[in-house]
Amino acid sequence: MSAKFKQPKVTAEMVANHGLNKEEYRKIKEILGREPNFTELGIFSVMWSEHCSYKNSIALLKTLPREGEALLTGAGEENAGAVDIGHGLAVVFKIESHNHPSAIEPYQGAATGVGGILRDIFTMGARPIASLNSLHFGSPDNPRVRYLVDGVVRGIGDYGNSFGVPTVAGEVFFDEAYTANPIINAMAVGIVKHSDLATATAAGEGNPIMIVGSKTGRDGIHGATFASEELSDASQERRPAVQIGDPFTEKLLLEATLEIIRQDLIVGIQDMGAAGITCSSTEMSARGESGIEIHIDKVPVRETGMTPYEILLSESQERMLVCVKKGCEERVQAIFDKWGLDSTIVGHVTSDKMMTVKLHGEVISRIPSWDLVLGGGVPVYHRETKRPAYLDELAKLNLTDYDLSRDWNDVLTTMLASPNLCYKGWVFEQYDSMVRTNTAVGPGSDAAVLRIRKTDKALAMSTDCNGRYCYLNPRRGARIAVAEAARNIVCSGGRPLAITNCLNFGNPYKPEIYYTFSEAVKGMGEACRVFNTPVTGGNVSFYNEDPARAVFPTPTIGMIGLVEHISHITTQWFKDDGDIIFLLGNTKEELGASEYLKVIHGHTKGDIPDIDLAEEKKTQDALLSAIQAGLVKSAHDVADGGLATALAECCITNRIHVRGASIEAGSTLRPDCLLFGESQSRVIVTASPDNSDKIESHFTQAGVAIKRIGSVGGSRLEIDDLIDVSLDNLIDAYYLAMDRFMEKIETAPVTT
Amino acid sequence: MKFGVVTFPGSNCDYDTYAAVRFILGEEVEFLWHKSSDLAGSDVVILPGGFSYGDYLRAGAIARFSPIMQEVVRFAEAGGIVIGICNGFQVLTEVGLLPGALIRNSHLRFACKQTTLRVERSDTRFTSGCDKGELLTIPIAHGEGNYYDFRGDIDELERSGQVLFRFVDATGEVTSEANPNGSANNVAGILNSKGNVLGMMPHPERAVEEILGSDDGLKIFKSVRAAFATPHPAGQA
Repeated sequence: MSAKFKQPKVTAEMVANHGLNKEEYRKIKEILGREPNFTELGIFSVMWSEHCSYKNSIALLKTLPREGEALLTGAGEENAGAVDIGHGLAVVFKIESHNHPSAIEPYQGAATGVGGILRDIFTMGARPIASLNSLHFGSPDNPRVRYLVDGVVRGIGDYGNSFGVPTVAGEVFFDEAYTANPIINAMAVGIVKHSDLATATAAGEGNPIMIVGSKTGRDGIHGATFASEELSDASQERRPAVQIGDPFTEKLLLEATLEIIRQDLIVGIQDMGAAGITCSSTEMSARGESGIEIHIDKVPVRETGMTPYEILLSESQERMLVCVKKGCEERVQAIFDKWGLDSTIVGHVTSDKMMTVKLHGEVISRIPSWDLVLGGGVPVYHRETKRPAYLDELAKLNLTDYDLSRDWNDVLTTMLASPNLCYKGWVFEQYDSMVRTNTAVGPGSDAAVLRIRKTDKALAMSTDCNGRYCYLNPRRGARIAVAEAARNIVCSGGRPLAITNCLNFGNPYKPEIYYTFSEAVKGMGEACRVFNTPVTGGNVSFYNEDPARAVFPTPTIGMIGLVEHISHITTQWFKDDGDIIFLLGNTKEELGASEYLKVIHGHTKGDIPDIDLAEEKKTQDALLSAIQAGLVKSAHDVADGGLATALAECCITNRIHVRGASIEAGSTLRPDCLLFGESQSRVIVTASPDNSDKIESHFTQAGVAIKRIGSVGGSRLEIDDLIDVSLDNLIDAYYLAMDRFMEKIETAPVTT
Repeated sequence: MKFGVVTFPGSNCDYDTYAAVRFILGEEVEFLWHKSSDLAGSDVVILPGGFSYGDYLRAGAIARFSPIMQEVVRFAEAGGIVIGICNGFQVLTEVGLLPGALIRNSHLRFACKQTTLRVERSDTRFTSGCDKGELLTIPIAHGEGNYYDFRGDIDELERSGQVLFRFVDATGEVTSEANPNGSANNVAGILNSKGNVLGMMPHPERAVEEILGSDDGLKIFKSVRAAFATPHPAGQA
C-alpha cells in the first residue's frame, strides 16, 4: 500500500454509483457535519446497502414474533440465533442467501454461501453439526439452468465436504420464474454449551482488535452493494464481486476459533462476511457501545497496491475480527500459529463510539459506529404497496376446463418423474451427509434428524417454501411454508422449536413486489405465533429480478425441532407388510397452484389450498403425542403432488425395502383432486394391526379427522379403481428422472 | 490395547474414528497430531478420512511428507497394524505403503451413499470376525476413490489375495452398477503384501451403530482387536 493515499474527490455521479440517493447523501452530511471523503462514502455505501442495513425490510420484520422462553439471543442481535435444548446445550442456526453471486458464478457463489453461514455458526462458539439448503432454479430444459444446477451443487458439496459438516437436507425446486435468478439459500446448525456461547461485541477500552484467518485480497469488493441491485446483462461483469472459497482454511479457522472461545481469551468475535472489515468493526463496536480504531496498514494483504478503500470493503473469505482480552494476545496468536493461520493486531477498542480508520497514523475515515448500523442511523423505509393485478386474474380456475378421461397410472409416473417431485439423489449424493456420525435420518425423508451425542435427544430440521403458492397468494403461501416445515418436523418425531427465515423477493421499490413481501411477512408471523416458533433471525434478499421478471416471492423457512428421545425418530416410508394405513385430515376439491396443473397442464394458476392454522396445530400435536406413545410406524406429510404422490413416496423411498399398498380412499371427489390435489394438514401414517384401534381413537379423541384407507403389502400401488401400477414402474420413473434430465451438462458458462 | 488416530489439519473423520473406537469398541485411543513424530505407544494406527492438507493438488500428495507419516511408515515396515480410511487410503498409496493410486471417480462427482461390500477373505487381521463372502453395508463419501491399475498390478493383487473388499450388488455379485466410482475390479479395500496395512474407501467408523443405518463396520474394528489379542504367526496375513 502506498504511504500516501490521495482520496479521489466525491462527485454527485460517484454518490449515485455507490447506490446512495440524494436524501441518503444529505443524511450522511448531517451525521458527519461535513462532506464525506471517498473512503467514508464507500463505508456508508455498503453499510447502508440493503444487504447490510435491512432499510426496506426491518420495519416489517419487527412485526414477526421474536420472543420465546427458550431463546438465548434476540433476533438479529448476534451472528446467529441460539435456542436452549436442555442439558446446558443450545442449538445455534441461521439461513442466508447467496443468490446474486450464484447467478453469475454458481460454483464459488454457492460455496462461499455455505462458508459464510458456517462462520456465523462457529463465531457463536458452536461446532457446526449440519448444513441444509433451499435451491430454486429455472426449468432444467434450459441449458444455462443445468449449468447453474451443476455448479451450485458442486460448490455446496465441495465446500461442506471438505469442511467436514454433513449436508443433510434441503429442497430443490424448478420453475421458469427462477431462470435468470436462482435462489440459493444455505442454512447451518450448530451445538454449543451455554457457557461457551460467544458474542459479536467489541468493548473495553484498549482491548486489542485482531484480524484472523486468511489474508485480505481484492475479491468481493462491493459484494453487498452488488447484492442490492437487479441483475442485468452487465451483471456478468460483476464476477470480480464474487468471492472465492477455501474450505480447508475455513476448517482451520473453525478449530482455532473454538479454541480461543473455549479458553475464554476474547470479548467478542464476528465473521467478516458482507462488507468485510467495515461491517464487522462497526457492528461489533455499536453492539458494545464503544468505538473502534483500525490501522489499515497493519491488515495482512495478499496483493500489493491495495488502497484503504479496497481493504475496508474486501469480502475475502475465511476471515474473522476478534476483540481480544488485553493480555491474552500471545495465547490467541499461539493458537492461530498452531493451525497455520495469520492473526494480526490491527487496532483497539476506544471509548469515543467512533469507527476510525487510520493509515500510517493519519485518520482517513471517522464515522460514528451507531450511525452505520441497523437500529442506529440507518434509514428505515416504509415502502409503498400495491396489490398486483395478476393475483385476481390467476386466482380464477374452472375445474370443468380439465378433462378427466386420463390414464391415471401414466399421470402418476409422469408426476413422479417431474423435476420437482423426482428423487434428488443426483444432488444430495454429491454431499457428504454422514460425516460426524450423528445423522439418523439423512436426505430423502420429511426432515433430517441428527442425534445429540451424550443425550437421548435428537434435532429435526427442514427447509421449506413453495414459491408457486407464495406467488399466487403470498400471505397464505407463507403460512403454508411455516405449517409445512412444522409438519415435516412433527412427522419426524420432533417438536418445532423456532425458525430462521430467508426472504427472497424482487425490487422493493416496486409497490407490487413490496405488497407480496409485506403479505408474506404477515402470513409468516401469523403461522409462527400458532406453532410457537419464534423467528431467531435470518436474511432478506431483494432485487431478485432481471428485466424479464422477478422471481416468485420465496420466503424460505428453516425450522428446528427437538426430538425428546431418539426412539421417537420416525421416517416416511412404509415399514412392514400388513401395517394399516391411515390418512389424517380432509381432502377437499382443491387443485389450484398444484404440481399437477403445472406438470400435466402447464398452468400456474388457481387459488392455493386453504389452511386452518388451528386445525393444523391440533393435527400436529395429536400426531406428535401418537409418535411419542409408540403408535406410529411411519408418518409422511401430504404435500406437493398430493395424495397419490405421497403414497408412492411411502412405498418406494426406502429403496432397499420397497413396500406395496392397497388403498380404498372411498372418495366422491374428482379423480384429479383426490389423487393430486394439495389440501393441507394431511398426513399418511401407518400402525401395526395391533395398534390400529388405539391410533384411531387417539386421533378421534383429539378431534382430528382420521380415516383408515388401506394396508401395506404386495409389489403394486393400488388406489381405488384409478391407480394400479407396479412398484418397478414407479421406481424407474422416480429414481432415474433427474439423472436423465441432468445428464447433458455444459461445462462452460452458457448465456441464455 | 491402544489405537492412534492421526489428525492432519484437514482431517474431518478423526473424531468419528476416535468415537467409534472409544465409545463403541471401548478401547483406548489417542489423537496423533500431524506435526508430531510420536505414535504415543499406539498398537494400531488409523489414518482417518478428510482432506489432509486441503488436497487441492491431489488427495494425500502433501500428507506423505508430514512428520507423523515418517513414523507411520517405520511402524508399518516393522509390522505394525495400519488402517487408512478414505483419505487415509489415499495417503497410504501416496506414501508407498500400498500399491496403486486413487483417481477421480469415473463420473467426476463426489459420491456419498451406502454401499454393499463383499469380504473376500476372512483370514486377515481386519476380517477375522467376518465370513468369507459376507456382505457388509458400509457407506462411502469421496470424490477420488477410483482405484487405478496403472501397471497391471491389479492382477498381482488378485493373485496374492490382497483385494479384501469389493463393491457388489445386494446379492453379492460384482456388477458395474454396484461400482460407485469406477474402481478396477470393483476394488473397495486392499492389503499390503505382508497383510498388516489396510486401505479402504468406505467408512467403517460410520457404520458402528444401528442409529447410523448399519453397524457392520464394527466387525472390522473387532477383528483388529481380536488379531491383536492373538497375534498371527509371522508371514501369515
